[in-house]
Amino acid sequence: MNFELTEERQMLQDTLRRFLREKYDVETRNKILASDEGMSAEIWAQMAELGVLSALFSEEDGGFGGAGFDIAVIFEELGRAGMVEPVMETCILGGSLIAALGNETQKGLLETVIGGEMRLAVAHTEPRSRYDLSRVETKAEATGDTIRITGQKAVVQGAPLADHVIVSARESGAVDDQDGISLFLVSVSDLDMRPYPMIDGGVATELMLDIEVSADARLGPVGGAYEALATTWARAITAQVAETLGAMETATDLTIEYLKTRTQFGRPIGTFQALQHRMADMLIELEQARAAVIGAAGYLEADPKLRDRYASAAKNLMGRVGRLIAEESIQMHGGIAMTQEYELAHIAKRITMADHRFGDTDHHLEQFIKMSA
Amino acid sequence: MDLSYTDTEKAFRAEVQAFMRDELPDHMAEKVRKGRGLTKADMEDWHARLNAKGWLAQNWPKAFGGAEWNAVQRHIYEEEACLANAPRIVPFGLSMLGPVLQKFGSKEQQDHWLPRILDGSDWWCQGYSEPGAGSDLASLKTKAVRDGDHYIVNGQKTWTTLGQHANMIFCLVRTDPDAKQQEGISFLLIDMDTPGIEVRPIVLLDGSVEVNEVWFTDVRVPVENLVGEENKGWTYAKYLLTHERANIAGVGFSNAGLEAVKRMARAEMAGGRPLIENPHFAARLAQAEIDLSAMSLSNLRIVSMTAAGGAPGLEASMLKVKGSVIRQEINDLARRACGPYALPFPSEEVDGTNMPPIGPDYAGKVAGEYFNHRKISIYGGSNEVQRNIIAKTTLAGGAR
Repeated sequence: MNFELTEERQMLQDTLRRFLREKYDVETRNKILASDEGMSAEIWAQMAELGVLSALFSEEDGGFGGAGFDIAVIFEELGRAGMVEPVMETCILGGSLIAALGNETQKGLLETVIGGEMRLAVAHTEPRSRYDLSRVETKAEATGDTIRITGQKAVVQGAPLADHVIVSARESGAVDDQDGISLFLVSVSDLDMRPYPMIDGGVATELMLDIEVSADARLGPVGGAYEALATTWARAITAQVAETLGAMETATDLTIEYLKTRTQFGRPIGTFQALQHRMADMLIELEQARAAVIGAAGYLEADPKLRDRYASAAKNLMGRVGRLIAEESIQMHGGIAMTQEYELAHIAKRITMADHRFGDTDHHLEQFIKMSA
Repeated sequence: MDLSYTDTEKAFRAEVQAFMRDELPDHMAEKVRKGRGLTKADMEDWHARLNAKGWLAQNWPKAFGGAEWNAVQRHIYEEEACLANAPRIVPFGLSMLGPVLQKFGSKEQQDHWLPRILDGSDWWCQGYSEPGAGSDLASLKTKAVRDGDHYIVNGQKTWTTLGQHANMIFCLVRTDPDAKQQEGISFLLIDMDTPGIEVRPIVLLDGSVEVNEVWFTDVRVPVENLVGEENKGWTYAKYLLTHERANIAGVGFSNAGLEAVKRMARAEMAGGRPLIENPHFAARLAQAEIDLSAMSLSNLRIVSMTAAGGAPGLEASMLKVKGSVIRQEINDLARRACGPYALPFPSEEVDGTNMPPIGPDYAGKVAGEYFNHRKISIYGGSNEVQRNIIAKTTLAGGAR
C-alpha cells in the first residue's frame, strides 16, 4: 500500500492550489457569483493553460490523466477555493460521455474542450426522476435521418454556459429501464434556455424539449447509453465528494482561525472546552471524509460493482459529514457566518447543496443497501 | 392532568381562525408561504388590521391598550397564525420595548411612546449587539456622554433586524466606562433621523436584507429619552430578554413547517413512488414529528405554568435549544424533499408571474430558508449561551 500522491499529481495539486489562491480569492469569487454570466471566461482560459482541464482526460483522449486520483486531486482544490466554473459539467459529465461513446468526429471535440474553447453540459435529470439514473421520460423518435426529442429536463447545470448539451432520451423500454436510453449531442443554438442562478453558484436552465436533430447527433449506440451514464456518474460522484472535502477543509480552517481569534468574555472562544470538543469532532469526521474520497477515487477504475459500492458509500458519508461540518462551522462562528460576504457562507452552501446532485445521503444509503444484499 | 383545551380556549381558537379567514389578505399569505420578502407596507397593513381588532399588543395590559392575553391564548394565536401563513408581528416595539416602558418608563414616556407603537407611528428596532459584543452582550462599547440636556452617542450596533424600516431605535449604551461591565449601561431611545446615524444593510447568506449595521457619530439624544435610571440599563435589558423569549420554542412555525414538508413529500416522487412512502425519508419525518410532539407538550406545560403566574427559568433556555433544533431539522427535511429543485435560486424578477415556475412552487424557498434559519440557534442568546445558563444554574448549586 502507498497513500502518497505521485510526483506529477503532487505538482498538479501545488500548481492549482497556488493558482487558485492568487487568482480566485474571495473577492474575485464574490464578483463572479454576483455576475450575470455566473463564471469567469478568463479563469477558464487560465485553467486550460495550466493543464487542469487536460489532467481530467486520459492520454488516449488527448489529456494526461483522467484517472480517479487525478479527478480527486483537482476537485479537492476546486472545492477548497469554492470554484463555481463548470468544470464538472464540461470535463466530467460531458467529456466522459463523449470519450466513452463518441465517434471519431465527436471525439474531435475533446481537443477544443481541453483547450478551453468549448464547454459542455448534460441534460439528464427530469422533474420526476429525482436521483434515479435510469428514469428517463423524455422520448426520442427517429424518422429516417431525423430524430424528434420531446420532454422536459430539470436543473440542467452549466447549459447556459455551454456550446453543446448532451441530452438523454428514451427510444424504447419502460420509463425506468436501463435499456433504451440514448444520448444526443445538441448545439445550444437548438435549445430554448432561460438561465437562472443556483444558491451555491453557477447557472442552470430548465429545458422544455420539442426539437429535431439529425441522426449524426446521436452519441453512442441506439438505446445503449446506460452503462456510460453509470460510469460517468461514478466519476462525477468522485469529483463531487473530493470537491466537498476541499470545501470542508476550508470551512474547518476558517472555523479554527475564528476560534483562536474571536474574543468573548475576555478570552478567545477556542479556550472554551464545549467548543474545543466540537472542533475535535469536526476534525475526526473530516478524516472519515478524506478516507471516503480516497475509496471512491481508488476504486473508480475497478469492477463496476466495487466502484459503485465505494461511490455510494462516499456520497452517503459525505452527506452526513457535510451537514455536520457546514452547520457546526456556521454555529461556532455565530452571526458573522450568516453574512453573504464572509467566505464561509458560500463554502457552507457548496458543502450542503452537494447533497442535491448525483443522489443524496438517503439515495446512496439505499443504493448501498441494495449492493450489500 | 388534562391535555385538552377548555371550551373557552376552543372558542378563542375559532375566533382566531375566523379572523385569519376574514382579515388576512391572500397576497400576503401567498408571500409568506413562498418565502418572499414582505414589504414594509405589508407589515404595517397587518399590524393595522390586528390593532383594529385590539389584538396587536397581545401581552400588554388592557390599561395600555393591550389585549392582555394569557400565555395559552398567545400560544393558540401563534399556532393559527402560522398555519394561516400570516406575517409575524414585528416584535421590537410590541414585545420588547413596550413591556420595558410599562415597567420602567416614566408616565410621560408611556403616554407618548406606547400609543405610537399601537397606531404604527413609530417603527422600532433594537440596538443591542455590537461587532465585539455578541454572546458577551455586557461587553458592549457604544458610549453615551452627558452634555447638558443631551447624551452624545458614539459607536456601532449590528444585526439590527429591519432597521432599514425603523424611525426609532432603543439602545444599550455605556454611560459609566469605569463601572463593572453590567453596571455602567443605560437604556436610550434614539430617533433614527438624528444627524450622525448611518444604517448600512448586511446581506445575509440567502441574499436577504433583514439585518443592518447602525453607526453613531456624535449623535445628540435628549436626556428625556433615557429610560429609568442612568447605569441601570442592564436590568431593563434582562427584563426585555425575558419577553423576547415569549414563543421562544417556535412551536407554531414548526407545526406549519412540518405540514408543509408533508405536502411536499406527497407531491415529490422517488423511485416512481411518492417520497412520503420512501422508508428513509419517512423515518426522518417521523422522528422530527415525534420530537416536535414532545416539545409541544413541554411548551404547553410551561405555557400553562406561566399563565397561572409562574415564571419560566431554565425551561425557557431548554425550549430555546430544543425548539430551534427541531425547527432547523424541519427546514432540513424541506430542503431534502425538493431534491434537485432545491438548487435553483432565481431572483424575484426571473421568478415573476409571467415566467413558468422553475420546478414546484414550494421548492423556491427551501434552500434559502434552510440557510437563513441557521440564525435561529444563534440569535436571542445562542444555544451555547442557553446551555451555559442551564449548566451554570444546575451545577453551581443554584435552585432548579
